[in-house]
Amino acid sequence: MNKPLSDGAGSDISTWQAFCATLKRDLVIAFKRKNDLLNPIMFFLIVVSLFPLGISPDPVELSKVSAGVVWVSALLASMLSLDNLYRADYEDGSLEQLLLSPQPLYFLVLAKNIAHWLISGLPVVVLSPLLAYMLYLPSEAYWTLVLTLMIGTPVLSLFGSIGVALTVGLGSRGLILAVIVLPLSTPVLIIGAKAVTDVMFGLPVGSHFALLGAILALALTMAPLASAAALRISVN
Amino acid sequence: MHTNLHNPDSGFSSLLQASALFCERDERVLFSGLDLTVSAGELVQIKGSNGSGKTTLLRILCGLNEDYEGDILWKGESLSEERENFLSSMIYIGHRVGVNRILTPRENLRWSASLHAPIDDNRIVAALGRLGLRAYEDIPCRNLSAGQTQRVALSRLLISPACLWILDEPFTTLDVHGVKHLESLLSEHVNAGGAVILTTHHALNVSCQWRALDLDSRRAAA
Repeated sequence: MNKPLSDGAGSDISTWQAFCATLKRDLVIAFKRKNDLLNPIMFFLIVVSLFPLGISPDPVELSKVSAGVVWVSALLASMLSLDNLYRADYEDGSLEQLLLSPQPLYFLVLAKNIAHWLISGLPVVVLSPLLAYMLYLPSEAYWTLVLTLMIGTPVLSLFGSIGVALTVGLGSRGLILAVIVLPLSTPVLIIGAKAVTDVMFGLPVGSHFALLGAILALALTMAPLASAAALRISVN
Repeated sequence: MHTNLHNPDSGFSSLLQASALFCERDERVLFSGLDLTVSAGELVQIKGSNGSGKTTLLRILCGLNEDYEGDILWKGESLSEERENFLSSMIYIGHRVGVNRILTPRENLRWSASLHAPIDDNRIVAALGRLGLRAYEDIPCRNLSAGQTQRVALSRLLISPACLWILDEPFTTLDVHGVKHLESLLSEHVNAGGAVILTTHHALNVSCQWRALDLDSRRAAA
């Protein structure tokens, strides 16, 4: 067994490779378990299509609530799939391996969060114009809806990750995940939905985008650190 | 049986050094005042009855569990300062072995390796083959038996450059051949200058320098 017994530390290149390998691994797992891939998007479609049945098929009524409905459904779809983020890894011990990697945990957690967004967030963004059409959202608001979701859904994944990381070690989590994650996510929901309704009334929306962008920047830089710390506590 | 040949004058040979470890769980003291030094070229077996704190001790030593008092040094430096160096020279396999059931052995190993340093696919295949998993490289791990899953996890030892192996009950699900094989891997590693800390109830039959630490007898003496 001629192998070098190294004690070297990780370099930038190996951190990048570990980041890519983790991202790829989570995507492969999702593609192999079709449920992971289909559940969030099916949930999103079903919830949104129930609203016209529940409220009224009247275009005027629907267009008033359409932005909120799409945004709330996107938030719920993201939360529904959050559990996949660390649960299986916790149970099979992969999470311990992740924590014991010499690579910075920030990047590994970020890779897992990006994978979660690609699986649960991006399809929602892509399908949102179709559902907006179904809910009679005025066409001038389409781009705003897509853009706010594009900026907002990654925040939902990043903040949601903190909640899952904190609760992954608990036997029965029930509503506690929602209690932790919802207060963090509601600002995004409020700003995102408000931006779309403001566009419908011809109001300027620059400030909403600035706020959403600021939240995304905050989430990208801080949330993976919080998730990493929470994971260390959960595995302890 | 081997006598303890450890030479304290060999300077840097001490890899991991824990002193005055104290750990309490559910208001029960698992161990207190525990000293343990692991040097390059030796295997340390942690013994003890169920619930005596073997797994907890291993998790403390590898840095997963931080609910303890006492000092742990890696090559003479504090573990918390040397964390990155320590993690890149240590490999831990717990009783949750870290093998994803949906992925194949090849995909599992590729990811495990990439967390340290990515390696060539040929080496992954060779490592799996050496642990008797030839032709199982691309079968999802959920279709493998418990022993085979354990072997997938143990293949990580062959592709890792780590010099310290921390293994929690690595023999549990292995068959007779698997046990022999692992014992020879352990001997090879230790004789090549590596170090191993493991827990097992199995009577070890290794051809390298080894000693045992019995948590039960420590508690009885206290």
